[in-house]
Amino acid sequence: METKKAIISVKDLVKKYDDFVAVQGLSFEVYEHEIFGLLGPNGAGKTTTLEIIETLRAKTSGEIIVDGFSVDKNPQEIKQIIGVQLQAAGYYPNLNLVELIELFAGLYGANIKPMEMLEKVNLQDKAKAKYKALSGGQKQRFSIATTLINQPKIIFLDEPTTGLDPQARRNLWDLITEIRNSGTTVVITTHYMDEAEQLCDRVAFVERGQIIAVDTPDNLIDQLVASGFERKKEVKKANLEDVFINLTGKEWRE
Amino acid sequence: MQKYSNTTATLALAKASFRSIMRSPSAVVFTLAFPLIFILVFGFLGGGGTRLDVGVKPGSDINNPVLTMLSKTGMIRLVMDKSQKDLDKLLEKGNVDAVIDVHKKMNSVAYSVNVVYTSASRDKGGILKSVLNNVFYDKTLKPTVAEIKESTITGREYKTIDFILPGQLGFSLLSTGVFGTAFVFLSLRQTLVIKRFFATPVKRSSIVIGEGIARIGFALIGALFIILIGHFFFGFTLVHGALTVVNMLILATMGIIVFMGFGFIISGVAKSESMVPPISNIVTLPQFLLSGTFFSIEAFPNWLQPISRALPLTYLNDAMRRVAFEGSDLWDVKFQIMILLIWGIVIYAIAVKVFKWE
Ligand SMILES: Nc1ncnc2c1ncn2[C@@H]1O[C@H](COP(=O)(O)OP(=O)(O)O)[C@@H](O)[C@H]1O
Ligand SMILES: [Mg+2]
Repeated sequence: METKKAIISVKDLVKKYDDFVAVQGLSFEVYEHEIFGLLGPNGAGKTTTLEIIETLRAKTSGEIIVDGFSVDKNPQEIKQIIGVQLQAAGYYPNLNLVELIELFAGLYGANIKPMEMLEKVNLQDKAKAKYKALSGGQKQRFSIATTLINQPKIIFLDEPTTGLDPQARRNLWDLITEIRNSGTTVVITTHYMDEAEQLCDRVAFVERGQIIAVDTPDNLIDQLVASGFERKKEVKKANLEDVFINLTGKEWRE
Repeated sequence: MQKYSNTTATLALAKASFRSIMRSPSAVVFTLAFPLIFILVFGFLGGGGTRLDVGVKPGSDINNPVLTMLSKTGMIRLVMDKSQKDLDKLLEKGNVDAVIDVHKKMNSVAYSVNVVYTSASRDKGGILKSVLNNVFYDKTLKPTVAEIKESTITGREYKTIDFILPGQLGFSLLSTGVFGTAFVFLSLRQTLVIKRFFATPVKRSSIVIGEGIARIGFALIGALFIILIGHFFFGFTLVHGALTVVNMLILATMGIIVFMGFGFIISGVAKSESMVPPISNIVTLPQFLLSGTFFSIEAFPNWLQPISRALPLTYLNDAMRRVAFEGSDLWDVKFQIMILLIWGIVIYAIAVKVFKWE
């Protein structure tokens, strides 16, 4: 574990919106080939942090290196090696999925087959559909497909599972895990702790623009337990979501 | 890794944008349906009222009973103070319906009247002919008018469509340029499509140029369509055929580029999509009404004319009509092109200031 190489390093990141300090001196590293989770409640500063790393927003101060490139000096190089899913992005109107993928291929200068990209996220049946006509889970899968077009080293997913039903969430976890297994580093934000626990190799807790803990989910839990913490209610071997999944099945509902 | 190509990115955007425009009902309605409906209506309505413009040949006697009589009819406007050369041109195009020359007959108190009609305006020439016949047989005039000599030159017929079509074309370019551009950039910005683009290596200039190529391409296809329908179904005059069409399309390109500038400004100023139509109307309506889309601006009251003459569409319409009907080449309309160019510079200087990316 100690020999892991950092592909992103954030040092003393500060972001002010006028007088309001949204990010107050964040520092963390993301290692190659891991799924790194930024966890925190709404308004904690997750999106702000992510978009600064993605070169989409200017920072107030701090230093950020992405795969050896500085966000200040080499934003163009960074854009070529990352894939970005925005929390609330739309897509070009009136185009179907294949046409949208073609557009992004042109924007990235990538030579790919649109259908193959759609197959990766299991949307080949929706090739001729418009983005607006997709279900929530399909929209997120499509967004993820657009992040993979330039065969990026790192992809950023901002709350990809928010608002999805349990099946669609699990399905997305599988997809994200697959992407990580094929060698891509994944940075993801979420406010679901169960998701972070299952999906992320390491997590950082963000609270009011500050990081209050960074570690693997296991270590964080162990530390808490070691400090003498006990759950009030006795833990059962399953929870209600397990029951739901068990009753309704794991396959996609779309 | 292969080198990143801005051209590829620009073209990908142009293609996407073009596809999107073609599928957008409002774009198709504004660019094609509206102008075609107007052309249809005016094409079938045919010629306007019965006012006759009669040129008075320089050197002609002015104070004679014949001209007095003609102006008393209230139907005939006498066009004075034009040179012979101008009159010939106007006559050939049918802008004057006839040229009249009145002078005293040698060694006589009676007048000799010489009228030249034009085949470009046969109907009105016919009206004048019968008016003159009345004059000739009028008892009070009879003794003073000795003879009427008549002849007809061949000119090109200036049809209603020759006036209406360039105006409609200009308006089609204006609305696609202004509304289309304003809506697209505002909605791309608001739905964060542009933000997602910024997460790719694409340059800002590629986004603007790609959108521009698509819009210009769409507008030109629309223009070509309007010109061809006008020509083949309503007899729109194309003096030099295909060359005239090419010249018109070049003018159309200049026009749409200027008008897109208005669109860029509006997309930056408007806070929401519902603000686009009112602001766009402020730009398009005055030009629609005052730039000679339906009526020649010469028909406007004097105080309105300076306003008309300040608007870019006035010059586009004017240039289009000269190129299409008079067979002017682009060099002949350099003044109109220069005014468009000045508008372009001013508009884009403002657009650069107020355009918003996010
Ligand atoms: N463009 C902005 N202008 C002003 N304040 C902003 C802007 N974007 C975000 N904020 C504020 O910064 C804080 C962090 O926002 P954000 O990074 O979106 O949080 P998260 O993604 O964790 O929910 C919030 O209080 C939000 O209101
Ligand atoms: Mg957020």
